[in-house]
Amino acid sequence: MKKDITSAIWWKALCVVLLIYTVVAGFLMPVPALAILHETIRNLYFHVCMWFAMMFILTISLVYSIKFLMNPKEDFDIIASQTANTGMVFGVLGLITGSLWAKYTWGAWWINDPKLNGAAITLLSYFAYIVLRSSMDDEQKRSRVSAVYNIFAYAMLIVFVMVYPRLSQVDSLHPGNGGNPGFNSYDLDSHMRMVFYPAVLGWLLLCSWIAAINIRLERINRYNYNKI
Amino acid sequence: MIKVKGFLLLLAVLCVNTLFAQTEATGNIEMADGMRSSGKIYVVVAVLVIILAGLLLYMISIDRKVSKIEKEIEQEKK
Repeated sequence: MKKDITSAIWWKALCVVLLIYTVVAGFLMPVPALAILHETIRNLYFHVCMWFAMMFILTISLVYSIKFLMNPKEDFDIIASQTANTGMVFGVLGLITGSLWAKYTWGAWWINDPKLNGAAITLLSYFAYIVLRSSMDDEQKRSRVSAVYNIFAYAMLIVFVMVYPRLSQVDSLHPGNGGNPGFNSYDLDSHMRMVFYPAVLGWLLLCSWIAAINIRLERINRYNYNKI
Repeated sequence: MIKVKGFLLLLAVLCVNTLFAQTEATGNIEMADGMRSSGKIYVVVAVLVIILAGLLLYMISIDRKVSKIEKEIEQEKK
């Protein structure tokens, strides 16, 4: 099996350090006292990071899908598919944690909000990617069709998570909308930044770590399959 | 068994969260200052660190298992 970044140790060690820092500092560092939010503002270190991790890993998935279309190597297909699978897990966690947070700040598990619906549509389009892959037996065809679909799914992601909620015509309760990208209302606090940025990197690395293990397992799977 | 315990702890943490989330803000914004002064926030932090440490150790052990299989395949190729 070839050695690459997926089996390197340094970034996994960094992940462990950053996540432990996130949990300790995330609960003990001071946060601004805001109405409605109260202590739940600390969810920023966890819920939001799920989405950052998902966006990052799905971008890698897109890159490897494009790489596969330019140069159909089996390994590119393995990386594209396994990163997409891992991204879905983090997306679902983001959706569930967001729903719980919404219940105790907005008063409902789900509201008809552009950001929430956009995220749900995005997840559905990626579930379609997984279904599409499992529906084809021919490896060559599966790799090519799913790589093309992945580019489409990523376009959906950008439109429904980044563009649509920010249009000025739609109102959203969710922060970072209405022509106001980012988390300005929270992020101004310098104490929160000290935790938030390491937290994003930590969760992003954890997501990559899980994806790396999935990739290596899939490589072993394919190797065993090709041997038989 | 460890998994069940971890889940129960997680559930307990969630319950604590909801209790605090339900208290209404009237006048002053209520933060968990009381919990902090009595020192019990550290219990939550400790619980989460234990859960996180457990999960990360599990990740490391899975990573090692995969590395071992990769090495075996490498030797098989030779």
